[in-house]
Amino acid sequence: MKSIILAGLIVSVVLAVFISQFASSSPDGLERVAEDRGFLEMSEGKNLLKSPLPDYTVPFIGNERVSGSAAGFIGVVLTFGIMCLAGYFLKQRENSR
Amino acid sequence: MHIPDGFLDVKTYSVLYGVSTVAVAWAVRRLNKSLDEKQVPLLGVVAAFIFAAQMLNFPVAGGTSGHFMGGVLAGALLGPASGILVMTTVLVVQCLVFQDGGLTALGANVFNIGVVCAAGGYFIFAVLKKFLGLLTAVFISGWVSVVLAASLCAVELAVSNTIPLKAAMLAMVSVHAIIGIGEALITVAVFGFISKVRPDILELKKG
Repeated sequence: MKSIILAGLIVSVVLAVFISQFASSSPDGLERVAEDRGFLEMSEGKNLLKSPLPDYTVPFIGNERVSGSAAGFIGVVLTFGIMCLAGYFLKQRENSR
Repeated sequence: MHIPDGFLDVKTYSVLYGVSTVAVAWAVRRLNKSLDEKQVPLLGVVAAFIFAAQMLNFPVAGGTSGHFMGGVLAGALLGPASGILVMTTVLVVQCLVFQDGGLTALGANVFNIGVVCAAGGYFIFAVLKKFLGLLTAVFISGWVSVVLAASLCAVELAVSNTIPLKAAMLAMVSVHAIIGIGEALITVAVFGFISKVRPDILELKKG
């Protein structure tokens, strides 16, 4: 199992760090519908949270490309880590019954 | 399709939070009994891959982009409960860390993308696989999951009085019918790769 996990992580990092640089910056389906139908402003300023890496950028990194890649890398690692932690936590609760 | 804060009204996002909480609680209880500890890193890497793949917007019709969602990838590969947890983890990270998807809309996003795409996608896949080949079943479930989620999103927007239902359905379903093809193709590519390289992963017990 270990090799496929490692391969999957490497692919994920490559996608998030490098391939993401080529991603389309056009608004996605929902955003576009909101623009066209005039309700996009309903979301303006309504954010409840101040996220650390808003919109997949690292605020203190000046270079836009590097910022995006760094955010992608952090996201992949965080997601992997949190999912694994949650999974192990679930198993722990079962074992302690 | 991550709904930001401000599009849904309080009653709608509250109900969806309730539904998603019930669904996630169900998934947790089910996995408590059936999740093999050795599968945990697999869940981790599927979640990580889906996070990365969701960053890769591809152009669809004029000035609009789509992106992979990964619900059927998670659900058909891992089972409905694991699928829900994987998608929920991705969505929570996206919402809290990257401000992708509103906090009030998190319940709605978990419902549309986690419950409907992953768990719903799993059940559609399971039925189709009985009389279609693996990849055909994956393709159709992938496409259906996206169109279904988009339709529900349209209903949620309409119920919130953000946009009339007919306009919402027309707009959301038409663009996501195209995006769904991208979803289907990517999901098939991943399943195809796994079935060639590590077919044993497809045989793992699904939770």
